[in-house]
Amino acid sequence: MIDALVFLIFASLTLAGAVAAALLRNLVHCALSLAVTFAGLALLYLSLGAQFVGFTQVLVYIGAVAILVVFAILLTRGSGALPGNLISTSAWRIGWVAAVAVGYVLVAALQHAPFAQSTDGAPSVSVKQIGQALMGPYVLPLEIVAVLLTVALIGAVIVAMPERQGEKQ
Amino acid sequence: MNMTAYLVVAALLFALGLGIALTRRNAILVLIGIELMLNAANLNLIAFWRFGAHPELMTGMLFALFSIAVAAAEASVGLGLVIAWFRHARTSDLDAMTRMKG
Repeated sequence: MIDALVFLIFASLTLAGAVAAALLRNLVHCALSLAVTFAGLALLYLSLGAQFVGFTQVLVYIGAVAILVVFAILLTRGSGALPGNLISTSAWRIGWVAAVAVGYVLVAALQHAPFAQSTDGAPSVSVKQIGQALMGPYVLPLEIVAVLLTVALIGAVIVAMPERQGEKQ
Repeated sequence: MNMTAYLVVAALLFALGLGIALTRRNAILVLIGIELMLNAANLNLIAFWRFGAHPELMTGMLFALFSIAVAAAEASVGLGLVIAWFRHARTSDLDAMTRMKG
């Protein structure tokens, strides 16, 4: 009973943030409701027993990605698009019809999917076990992610760097 | 709670992200929609890990961690591209990005 209530609160928080991001006119409000969605997802991860992933979600998404989105919105402000002009009118209906169709098909498929669920309690995974797994069987993906993050960092800086045309020869 | 409830939440979140990515005109909001879809996939991974056959192997959880790292890289490069395009054309309106047609 308590479990169901807590789950309902977390799930409605997550989905309400996403709905607000879809409907609000102000871009900064959209970014803040995105942070609410990320917080709801972190709470869902915690309720599933994945503490490390939950706190990683808080650090990476709320701490970095949401702030990055807010900075990008503030940097590209005053772009000439009127506030009432944010939603593409031509593609609006088709886009939402497609999204609702995808959501309906996914939920309908889930209602009839015969998943074999274990009914054990939440598995306890310590940070030490995660670290040993990352340094043991998952060391190659970890190194690839390290290279990917380095490349993304350099690439983002180069792409967003201002072009200095006067200094080119 | 059983696994289907979490999977339904993830499916609804995915549909909302898809709707945002398809209908909003601002490039940053399209990136927000893509982030929501990636997060819905992560919630699926964690739910399958929790209710799966061998949670002690931590496969789904580590997959979700790597997915978070890749999504962060994608967000930084995507927002860098939006800022570069804004500096070029003084707009972040996707309907105005017609000069990149092949």
